[in-house]
Amino acid sequence: MPVLKDKELRIVGFLCNWCSYGGADTAGVARATQPTDLRIIRVPCSGRVDPLFIIKALFEGADGVLVSGCHPRDCHYSVGNYYARRRLEVVKQFLPVLGIDPRRFEYTWVSASEGQRWQQVVTDFTSQIHELGPAPRLEDAEPLLKLADMALSSLHALGTNRNAPLAELKEAIKAKLPELDCVIGWQQGYDQAHATPLFMTTPEDVDKLTWGPLNVMNPAVFLPQFKGKKVGIVVKGCDSRSVVELLQEKLINREDVVIFSMPCEGTLDMGRVNSVLGRYTRIDDIKYDDAAVTITADGKEHRFCMTEFAQGKCYSCVTPGAVIADTRLGQPVPVQPGSVTPPELAMLDAMTLEQRLGFWKGQMDRCLRCYACRNACPMCVCRDFCISDSRNPHWMNQGESPKDKLFFQTIHALHLAGRCTGCGECQRACPVGIPILALRQQIARAIGQLFDDYKSGMDQNAIPPLLTYAPEEKNIHEREWK
Amino acid sequence: MSRIRFTAANGLSGFLDFLSKQGFTVLAPVEKPATAKPSVVFEPWNKGDPVNLAKATVSPKKAVLPECETLFSFSKKRSPADLNQFELALDARPEAAPVAIFGCRPCDAAGFPALDMPYLSGLYADPYYKAKREGMLIITLTCDTGCETCFCHWVGGGPTSPKGSDILMTAIEGGYVLQAITEKGQEMLEKSGLEDGAEKFAAAEAVRKNAWASLVPAPNLSRAPEALKAVFNNTDFWIKWTSKCLSCGACTYFCPTCYCFNITDEGSPQGPKGGRRLRSWDNCMSSLYTREASGHNPRPEKYQRMRNRVSHKFWTFFENWGSYLCSGCGRCITNCPVCLDIRAIVLAAIAEAGNADTRDAGK
Repeated sequence: MPVLKDKELRIVGFLCNWCSYGGADTAGVARATQPTDLRIIRVPCSGRVDPLFIIKALFEGADGVLVSGCHPRDCHYSVGNYYARRRLEVVKQFLPVLGIDPRRFEYTWVSASEGQRWQQVVTDFTSQIHELGPAPRLEDAEPLLKLADMALSSLHALGTNRNAPLAELKEAIKAKLPELDCVIGWQQGYDQAHATPLFMTTPEDVDKLTWGPLNVMNPAVFLPQFKGKKVGIVVKGCDSRSVVELLQEKLINREDVVIFSMPCEGTLDMGRVNSVLGRYTRIDDIKYDDAAVTITADGKEHRFCMTEFAQGKCYSCVTPGAVIADTRLGQPVPVQPGSVTPPELAMLDAMTLEQRLGFWKGQMDRCLRCYACRNACPMCVCRDFCISDSRNPHWMNQGESPKDKLFFQTIHALHLAGRCTGCGECQRACPVGIPILALRQQIARAIGQLFDDYKSGMDQNAIPPLLTYAPEEKNIHEREWK
Repeated sequence: MSRIRFTAANGLSGFLDFLSKQGFTVLAPVEKPATAKPSVVFEPWNKGDPVNLAKATVSPKKAVLPECETLFSFSKKRSPADLNQFELALDARPEAAPVAIFGCRPCDAAGFPALDMPYLSGLYADPYYKAKREGMLIITLTCDTGCETCFCHWVGGGPTSPKGSDILMTAIEGGYVLQAITEKGQEMLEKSGLEDGAEKFAAAEAVRKNAWASLVPAPNLSRAPEALKAVFNNTDFWIKWTSKCLSCGACTYFCPTCYCFNITDEGSPQGPKGGRRLRSWDNCMSSLYTREASGHNPRPEKYQRMRNRVSHKFWTFFENWGSYLCSGCGRCITNCPVCLDIRAIVLAAIAEAGNADTRDAGK
């Protein structure tokens, strides 16, 4: 039914069949007067509400979304709303980074007998949405291209780690190699200034192994494809968190993986390095000192100081050493307590909602949907069966609008909620430099705040917070509708 | 009048303005600032927009093959006269405003003749492609140096190659020398009113010579087609060379010669906006590219997909059309998240086939 112009806004409600839908029915039978903006979709349980339902509705023109289920401790399926509560709270905290006012989404609990309460909920939520007015659309936003400030202080000393015991590492790998199908590491890429993954099967391969700030790729992305085979992997601190997360989710078996680690003092932001190097025909030389990498290209010397050219994620890194390892060489640098807000997230924090909407419009415009972000992500394990490719259900269309492209980013970010280890491969892989990591970082920050500073990929026995629940949540309020 | 014109550096926007006034949609390289990776993309130029003449991150093939184009739109509405009847409407007009690509590089320009072969020279010409291609004007800026990841001269091109261009432009001190390559280019230069540049052509030629001199000598690829044919079934070879591939589509979408597409219907014919049949880019790195309705996938492994890409570019396309489907722009190398190098694979295939020959000869 079309919206009554100027009088009604579009509000979508997802109501659980057993409680809230009954509550709405009770209100109807009692002839309780209610605003008519709400369009109700009945779902079997609030636990059935995929966070993407909410985002999709808001992207496609809803001015508000309301989810309502059974009261906690009263779920028809015992625990569905406990899971829902965690997910929905994460969504609520995720919306602002996209430029959507979090007040446009609420979730609440109404039982089948609470007709009056339902009336109250609908009236209050509708008036809240009317106060906010029609939702601003991404299509109408003014594109905003803004750069993050990369002048950051880091939590540990950044350097080139040129004295890492690489020779010892090679010996250790060679000793283990006969028992393993292969060992994943890095080697020199198409020139001395670029690294590429290396799959070692012979001692000669091991001799090609390199270590240093050029080793940007996360080798953990290759691990799930070897499930069932015995493989070795060389990791930096951040890579080890991805390995742990894969173990946490039982996507790989601990006994099948042999982990070699050396401390990392930071990796280079190759995007920025490449733009300084510009067009060159050959790399003449590459030299390392403790603080910087000096690359000579076509006779021209460029010095890349690690404190200036490290990847954004390295500034807030708390794991210069591996979280998990079978062979551990070298001594990681000490980490100072505290936290650093990653550069792109800090930039978004400083913007208004309207600016953020414009920011994403301006950025996503040049996305070509190559899905390098998805395929470089070690936690994207669906691989050939991603829902973004699916025609049924039809989550994504093939249209070219920034909205569709941003919607894919929300799919990726939400599927990584409580799983993303912040390795930043999505952003590094993006050929057109869209700062998509910020979306994942916002979710990770929300997860930390909600679940006792939980960090994914730190403890292989920890259950990821969205895969479990607590009957009484410490940091999630029950959202009683006032 | 001479086929050579000259414009001072600050005269370029005037020339672009002239092109717009000739009815062209001018696609010019524009910088998109980003903290990590500032990228240069081709965008419709409006008067006053700054142009960045660096080699673009994204190739301009979207001028003929947009990332997503509407083939036709359709709607189905109840007839007001008889509500039991439906009225169907279909709009299939190809969108074809003439486009002028400004400031692409020789490798980008060389991509268009390559695309012409399957789209125009086969049994049927593609009407959407044809409509866009016919009105096109391509103004190419020659490269002043080679580049580590570029290999145009390996595949028959070069930093100053005129292939595919209507006008070839070379930066010299103080401005640009524009050289008409085709009649269309000549006509435009004549109309443009740019000053004669015949005496400055020597300077441009010197710049062009320097560009060639800066190149690292190219290996001989003439054996590539037969070599790739020979290693096609060598699974170990392909697994070894593609184990680091992530199977994303970066290499194909940034390639000026990759031309595969997917066709989907979006929207509902009875919805307020109607439905659209879209043609959008697809790539052989994706599982869905070959997955059949039954669920069977003849290319389930990533090595098979990359094998298809390399073989198509340097063997099967060569067999069908007589040239490589690669203009050597190197974007598949620079944009690959894991720095996979297609040159290395082709050379390895040639070496592998050579070894096999030697082995066979020794038998």
